[in-house]
Amino acid sequence: MFSASSIQCDRSMIGFACAPGCHTLCCVNVSLFITCLTDTFYPRTGIAVVKVLEHLGCKVDFPEAQTCCGQPLWNNGFAADAKTLAKRMIRVFEDAPYVVTPSGSCAAMIRDYYGEMFEDDPQWREPAQGLVDKTYEFVEFLIKVLNVDLREHDVQWNGDVTYHYSCHLRGIGVTDEAERLMAQIDGLNYMPLEKKEQCCGFGGTFAMKYPQISGSIVNDKVDCISQTGTATVISNDAGCTMNLSGACRRAGCDVGFKSLAEVIAEGMGLIDVDVE
Amino acid sequence: MSASTTSLTLKGHDILFPPLPYDMHARADLATGDDQLQRFINNATLSKDLQRREVCAQTFGDNYDAMRSLAAEIKQHTLDHLDHYLEQFVDAATGTGAHVHFAATAQQANEICVGIAKREKLTQCVKSKSMVTEEMRLVPALVKVGVEVVETDLGEFIIQIDDDAPSHIVAPMIHKDRTAVARAFERELGSPYTENPQELTQIARNHLREKYRTADLGICGANFLVARTGSAVICTNEGNGRLCTSVPRVQVAIVGIEKLVPDMNHLAVLLKLLARSSLGQPITVYNHIMTGPKRKHELDGPEQMHIILVDNGRTEILREETREMLRCIRCGACLNACPVYRKLGGHAYGAVYSGPIGALITPMFKGLDKYPDLPHASSLCGACYEACPVKINIPKYLIQLRAQMVRRRITKWPDRLFYGLWGMSLRHPATYRFGGWVQKQMFRAKARAAGTAGRGDRYTDRGWLSKAPGPLAGWTRARDLPTPPSNSFRYWWKMRS
Ligand code: SF4
Repeated sequence: MFSASSIQCDRSMIGFACAPGCHTLCCVNVSLFITCLTDTFYPRTGIAVVKVLEHLGCKVDFPEAQTCCGQPLWNNGFAADAKTLAKRMIRVFEDAPYVVTPSGSCAAMIRDYYGEMFEDDPQWREPAQGLVDKTYEFVEFLIKVLNVDLREHDVQWNGDVTYHYSCHLRGIGVTDEAERLMAQIDGLNYMPLEKKEQCCGFGGTFAMKYPQISGSIVNDKVDCISQTGTATVISNDAGCTMNLSGACRRAGCDVGFKSLAEVIAEGMGLIDVDVE
Repeated sequence: MSASTTSLTLKGHDILFPPLPYDMHARADLATGDDQLQRFINNATLSKDLQRREVCAQTFGDNYDAMRSLAAEIKQHTLDHLDHYLEQFVDAATGTGAHVHFAATAQQANEICVGIAKREKLTQCVKSKSMVTEEMRLVPALVKVGVEVVETDLGEFIIQIDDDAPSHIVAPMIHKDRTAVARAFERELGSPYTENPQELTQIARNHLREKYRTADLGICGANFLVARTGSAVICTNEGNGRLCTSVPRVQVAIVGIEKLVPDMNHLAVLLKLLARSSLGQPITVYNHIMTGPKRKHELDGPEQMHIILVDNGRTEILREETREMLRCIRCGACLNACPVYRKLGGHAYGAVYSGPIGALITPMFKGLDKYPDLPHASSLCGACYEACPVKINIPKYLIQLRAQMVRRRITKWPDRLFYGLWGMSLRHPATYRFGGWVQKQMFRAKARAAGTAGRGDRYTDRGWLSKAPGPLAGWTRARDLPTPPSNSFRYWWKMRS
């Protein structure tokens, strides 16, 4: 859709506002949906997302009235409460041209279920669909909307990494986007996980109610991670990261966790390299 | 002994019929702690899943998704017009000389089958693999009236002589290995101990051949029924189904009403997907299409062919909102793809159908209040939906079952209270922030007390809990819990602007 190399349009280069319908990167307005877990547990990921998007020329806005997309309630069967929150989300992001979130599962909540939720509600059906159509997971947004090629941005990040593919990306049709971006980072050596497609066993309350099942699934992942011998795991979903990092720590598998947004921001020199 | 642990003492097919309501925790504990089981299931499911992907990619390429959509449409269309196709099937099958019976319940289906055996004075039955007969518990019903029943599918045969129960829709003895088979053959058939697969197959073969020769009743299920021709179709890899249905004098096919397809060209689509989805084969070795009993001029085949169409809860699922679930062609792909099944195997589901599709239809067949764990024991990862050749959106329906449990108050009150309060706090940014702050302070205080408060800056200085209170105790039973760092993203944004 856009070419990442043409960062500014002619009008904005000489200090004018862009013409309506202008489609260069400087004119992409993005609203960030931070999600509850990233907000509280992984703020650095949020910071990285903002800085990378801005570096690429987007205008980033963070509507402070946002709370939660309702996923935990919806997944546990509390459909009415989830609907209330969904309406809130739709209202909060009403004017945003794009909504970008660092969490695949929250993006999937909106994209997979908001349509179904308001199927029979003439008042909300359309606005809900509107949010569905403009919501993207961060990595997906870089590739599908901004058409980013990191090689044009001199991203340098030295080290071996492995990558956890979060299941909810499946539902929104995201497959190897993160891997494609990783291949464009200088110095980054990617070592794929065995059983890449297998879930990490998080599943929200599932992890608490069925710890024996969830625990044995995540330990399987820990084994695969330690087999790679890498020091860093890239994981783009806060829920998965909490689960995986907690299990690695329990098992004595000494690895650090980062989101791809953090790696890119570090590689672009936008945030300090963190050694967790 | 709690109901949960009593379920551990069951043997044989009783394993699949535990006391209700079924609590899966005891069996889940057992399965996840059993290294041998973990190895068997992990290896078998992973390799089958991989084969499915490879073969489907090879054959269908970019059309795999379109192929699945077509199969889904065929099944959905048939279910949408099930009354029409049932009628067409009954007319066509009757026209071929078969007797068609209807059974509303499992018990009725058993009575019909037992009735046929009694009337025809049948005493020896060879049976091929069929899920619906497991549902009905047909074998004990026949044994009770003096019919000797032999399972002829190799896996089912081993399960039978080992007094065990099947644990996978397609590969019933996925939880066992060769040594278990060798021991069972030595003990029950008096054969010399061997772990050589060829020799084991030969032993079973020799034993079963004799049974085929003398049997007077052959029982099978059907993978599909073809409405236009009145045919029943069975797919097997061992050829046992073919022998069961052609040697004995009387043949009974017992089939769920959802197995219909309109015509042969539709069957072709589904056969292609079934073989590839279940075992990653280009085609099942024996696709046996049976249309009526032996004709006058024919030498082989049964003199009588009965088809028992079984409802047993299916019309209840046929309601529009849940109809999609009945598309299932029992290929087992969702089991092989499922991370939960890969850790539990089939028996932990406490029912005939296991894995993702079992978690869905078991509560539908037997009552949500009887199987409250099944809809929840899933991470909703969606691997099943992706694997399913008829595109049943299993995660979506699991969530629907959870919602039904909330509405019918099967979900316990502490949960309802917890989510109710949580939901309320998320409705306003102020209460959301306050909730987050309280949680953070609590966690951080505990982490400090445990001496794990983190290093790094105020956006990464998270600590760790190895023992958390309340509902989070389950979390820390399996892994450590990270605590939030000092500052939130919101704080950063505020400070920045
Ligand atoms: S639900 Fe789908 S994948 Fe699972 S057994 Fe049925 S047809 Fe196969």
